Amino acid sequence: MTGPAKTSLLAVWLWIGLVLLLPFAIVLKISFATAQLSVPPYGPPSTAGNYAALLRDSLYFKAYVGSLRIALISTALTLLLGYPMAYAIARAPQRWRHILLLLVVLPFWTSFLIRIYAWIGLLRPTGLINLVLESLGLITEPLRFLNTGGAVYLGIVYAYLPFMVLPLYARLEKLDPALLEAAADLGAKPWSAFLKITLPLSLPGVLAGCLLVFIPAVGEFVIPELLGGPDTLMIGKVLWTEFFTNRNWPMSAAVAVILLTVLVLPIMWFQAAQKQEARA
Amino acid sequence: MSAVIRVEGVAKAYGDVRAVDHVSLEVGANECLALLGPSGCGKTTLLRLMAGLETPDAGAISIGGADMTRTPPYGRPVNMMFQSYALFPHMSVADNVAFGLKQDRLAPAEIDARTREALAAVELEALGARKPHQLSGGQRQRVALARCIAKRPKALLLDEPMAALDKHLRERTQLELLALRRRLGISFVVVTHDQDEAMTMADRIAVMDKGRILQIDTPRKLYEHPVNQAVARFFGDINLWPNGRAVRPEHIALSCVSGDVEGVVTDIIYRGAGTTYLVRTQEMTVRVLRQNARGETEAHKGDTVFLSWPADAARTLSP
Repeated sequence: MTGPAKTSLLAVWLWIGLVLLLPFAIVLKISFATAQLSVPPYGPPSTAGNYAALLRDSLYFKAYVGSLRIALISTALTLLLGYPMAYAIARAPQRWRHILLLLVVLPFWTSFLIRIYAWIGLLRPTGLINLVLESLGLITEPLRFLNTGGAVYLGIVYAYLPFMVLPLYARLEKLDPALLEAAADLGAKPWSAFLKITLPLSLPGVLAGCLLVFIPAVGEFVIPELLGGPDTLMIGKVLWTEFFTNRNWPMSAAVAVILLTVLVLPIMWFQAAQKQEARA
Repeated sequence: MSAVIRVEGVAKAYGDVRAVDHVSLEVGANECLALLGPSGCGKTTLLRLMAGLETPDAGAISIGGADMTRTPPYGRPVNMMFQSYALFPHMSVADNVAFGLKQDRLAPAEIDARTREALAAVELEALGARKPHQLSGGQRQRVALARCIAKRPKALLLDEPMAALDKHLRERTQLELLALRRRLGISFVVVTHDQDEAMTMADRIAVMDKGRILQIDTPRKLYEHPVNQAVARFFGDINLWPNGRAVRPEHIALSCVSGDVEGVVTDIIYRGAGTTYLVRTQEMTVRVLRQNARGETEAHKGDTVFLSWPADAARTLSP
């Protein structure tokens, strides 16, 4: 390895150590402490009681499962919406592709919070959607969109769609058109060619896109907080409550450690799958 | 001779470019037809029109006597071998070959038998479990070939089949392809820009330029009776005088004593079996090709020589 390469590798490890490993070590340490009225509001690490409490209280388990379920369903919905989009962009004439990709990432130019707040304006009982439906005479009473499970899915799909479209596009764009021509030449109708050629060859993109959506969606806090209802139970919200309302730092640290463990597993699986693909 | 593929007045334009400009031709049963021309002459487009990968703007294409002008590629009884081979990277060699048979919903036993038969025909029986990226270029070409012939098409369309092969592999592969074609008894349409390849493989050659067919004939007729200067230039060397008279270099005799035209040897190119002399005459520099057989006149650089040729070796060609 050359000098510059060594230096930049060192910089990467320094960065990871400072902003990832060190804070995680602190969180891990706090998770073994007990809460107390002091500054900071916890004692020395001495007990695994927080983890025991996590296991005992079914609220946490339900929140984890709820988060995983919401993240899983949202990921599936994002895939269903994102795949046709990525496919269409990859098949669009060359001069259109960059404009379409720009449109996909355009929402990133506005703050995430503002975009979610904008959805409140659209979804609330006196919001734009209800107003339009009422003025068209389709409904007499405003429909309840805001603070429902549906609004949470809508928000997650909306917010994370670009993370699904971009890796899928990268994969589909690389697909050699001659492969589809060969499939057609060998007797495959368009749908059959898609299922047997395009889809299998785009699977790494599907996997990458799903993980990029699923992982942040599991820990999502803002969207369920702003768009979700009282029955939307997600672990991000639980963590927030433990930390800010109950001021129980050790407990929220334990929640975060478990959350991280739950999330690291799919990443490791992803990397193993990628290694296998590289070998094949 | 009944035609396997009949192309009648077919035209295809991309914007202002007439890629194929009202072309008509027939591919006979058991015939190997080469489409020869420089890049951009429309030969690949013509092949893709036959495969159904492009739709003509005008004209008709029939295959096996049935009109297939608008038939999609998956409905045509012809198969194409792509220049890049277009092997499916996620499938094994055997799955690549079986792909087309599965599309036809044949019985599994039949698919198995025909896959093995096709792999045996290209001598790849042992490599059925490999993935395409584990094969050499020559092996990949044979997989692409096996994938086509497993379908037992009426005609095989080959797009620059030798383009991705090493030079020393080409001639051997050309001869193997010919032998395979004779054994299978199917028609070939070969697109190539290499006149040697066209002459080696084809019964007839269609010489194309700017979307049109200049001449379609046997290799011998094309070489000996080209219809114009463009065709003559495409096939081997030719001396073209400004007045349109043309003589092949090997038809010119070279003498140190007497002849019709006087000139000075300016360059000598030794080619093993023969020697090319560049002779500057009053009108132009003439290329003369002499066999390096014993008893031939040997001229040296700077010598004054005399050139002559039989009257029937010279012909007048339009541009």
